[in-house]
Amino acid sequence: MNTPLLVWIILAPLIGAIVNAGFYFYHIKKESISDKVFSIIGTITPLIAFLITLCLFLQMREEGVVFTQTLFTWLSIGNLNIEMKLLGDNLAIFMSMFVTFVGWLIHIYAIGYMKGDNGFGKFFAYFNLFLASMLILVLADNPIILFIGWEGVGVCSYLLIAFYYSDKENVIAGNKAFIANRVGDFGFLLGVVTLFFAIGADSLSFSTIEANINNASTELLMLAGFLLFVGAMGKSAQIPLYVWLPDAMAGPTPISALIHAATMVTAGVYMVARFHFLYSGIEDIGTFIAYIGAFSALLAAIIATRQQDIKKILAYSTMSQLGYMFIGVGLGFYSSGLFHVFTHAFFKAMLFMGAGGIIIALHHEQNIFKIAQHRAQLPIIHFTFLVGVIAIAGIPPFSGFFSKDAILAAAFQDGEYLIWGIGMFTAFLTAFYMFRLYFIVFIAPSKHVAQYVYTSKTITIPLLILSIGAIGAGFLNFPAIFGGSAFVDTWLSQLNSQKIHLAHSTEYILMAASILVAVAGIVVAYKKYAKFDIYNPENEEGIIANKFYVDEFYDKVFVQTSKKVSTFIDKVVDDKIIDGFIMTVCNEFVSFGKKVATIQNANVRFYAAFMLVGMSCIFVYLYISLGL
Amino acid sequence: MISLSSYAFVSMILFSIGVIGVIARRNVFIIYMSIELMLNGITLFLVTFARYHFNLDAQVITVLVIAIAAAEAAIFLSVIILLYRSKKSLDTDIFTTLTQGENS
Repeated sequence: MNTPLLVWIILAPLIGAIVNAGFYFYHIKKESISDKVFSIIGTITPLIAFLITLCLFLQMREEGVVFTQTLFTWLSIGNLNIEMKLLGDNLAIFMSMFVTFVGWLIHIYAIGYMKGDNGFGKFFAYFNLFLASMLILVLADNPIILFIGWEGVGVCSYLLIAFYYSDKENVIAGNKAFIANRVGDFGFLLGVVTLFFAIGADSLSFSTIEANINNASTELLMLAGFLLFVGAMGKSAQIPLYVWLPDAMAGPTPISALIHAATMVTAGVYMVARFHFLYSGIEDIGTFIAYIGAFSALLAAIIATRQQDIKKILAYSTMSQLGYMFIGVGLGFYSSGLFHVFTHAFFKAMLFMGAGGIIIALHHEQNIFKIAQHRAQLPIIHFTFLVGVIAIAGIPPFSGFFSKDAILAAAFQDGEYLIWGIGMFTAFLTAFYMFRLYFIVFIAPSKHVAQYVYTSKTITIPLLILSIGAIGAGFLNFPAIFGGSAFVDTWLSQLNSQKIHLAHSTEYILMAASILVAVAGIVVAYKKYAKFDIYNPENEEGIIANKFYVDEFYDKVFVQTSKKVSTFIDKVVDDKIIDGFIMTVCNEFVSFGKKVATIQNANVRFYAAFMLVGMSCIFVYLYISLGL
Repeated sequence: MISLSSYAFVSMILFSIGVIGVIARRNVFIIYMSIELMLNGITLFLVTFARYHFNLDAQVITVLVIAIAAAEAAIFLSVIILLYRSKKSLDTDIFTTLTQGENS
């Protein structure tokens, strides 16, 4: 069904970004504009996008239609016709629902967090642009438009991570995120090209690709699937392109919340789900994705157990949870994977925003042991943080449990016992490191407790709304064995190549097992950290605390090698060979010119003599040639 | 009767003295006078041939040359005065400012 509304979901935040950027220029060039103006524009536009999405969602549920909107023909080369077309099917509307909603709440939170910052208007312009890019990505009808959004979120993440650009470290972190993503983007682009040649159709829309997928050879499709997934590795921070994610914590906290909950990192999962027809057609690549996801989840969880920076712990937990999502989508249980994206958006946004609240209250202290030493009384943040920690640890009936359990059950049913085992162990680690964080920050005995710390309402209200989501979102996909309707599974059923059909008893046992490992993780964390001596923090030595030296390894292998190659090319090939040749030729011309120029010395007598010589020559020539 | 070649020889000598004067001397006035000498050499040549052929056309050109030389003298002298005022010298070797090059 054609609808003109679809484009406004994207345009609303985009216009917000443009207007805010314009106002910001006015603000810095002419006269200052109050922060209120920026924050009103910046928060209303995502709300508009959310409301439009909600209307479309309700209509879709009522009538069961798929929305499309063709804007214009973008490219028309020979037979190839690429249209600027938006697609609002079940998956896209589902995604944009929580992207706009959670994004909107984070925008509200940002008003409180960024209060008094010099770049307030700029921040909101970037923020709206980020959301708009993500919505382009989600609502794209073909991989080319998807790529616009894909690059858009990459640019915005760079801009926002390096937001405090006067600090060199932040800029380096921004660069790192951008470059790691570029590696992935290159893979994605190659994947799209491979797909284009593989299917040989005259349009690249998802429906055309799906219809023509049988024309293509399996090898090419497998290559395309792999290359596209390389893009997802970059965006969604999976092995081996995850190193940018923890560094991305350099930006202001609302950005971390937005990147980790609603936008950038979920793009990879979304993309795999978008290409579900491609990935479920080829089993091997799906299994490969699931394994990458599982190992990413495990690695990130192990690293997270020894980190001391509150935001980095959360960053690694995101990477770990993304691993779960990839297990889900890799094995063909797309609705489970996306359901985890959905629940994760709520509790991870909440955790980041809670962490941001603590960081502000303690004047930008991020080390958990130091936070604990100067503990502030923040009851609302304490409550919501606890909710988030329980949700991510996977304790029922909090939302994280249902989505994670669905994925683990899927892995078990598929006979991927190794993935299931890794997933279970990671669940244990997740519960352990999240509660380590919680116990150290909020529970461990501390001498200095501030009685009252001001927190802004714009910080606490979004937190409370999100906590409702974090607790209740799981019920949206309440498993059928408990008499639930499994709404998300039904809503996204056309994606799924697989369905969970375990025996009820097996399912109960699996659930009990995952609750058991979560509780075990919490108990171990409690034993170790509830009465931890925070004045005597863990040392930062050791292979885990140093993140397995992956950064150092990449630095040695990729950065230093390419530096050496570049230096070689610069000093030898460029300077000596190319410049040597070109400059020799140039210098010859220049020196010849200089010799000619000495004649032009502006000396009258010299010119006269020269004229005489010339005339004499001509006369002699005439005399001889004419025979006079 | 003085032969034609004698006239031609004198005018060639006048012209050559003029050329040498222009090339060899540095004083602007001397150069100017040398140019006049060259002109005179040429006009003498013209007049000689006019007489030789009993044709008065060349006389007209000679008168024209003299008139133009007078006009030229007026302009030349004023230019020399201006140059002298700006440089306080009559040496042509330092009058190089009119060139576009860097050695002005």
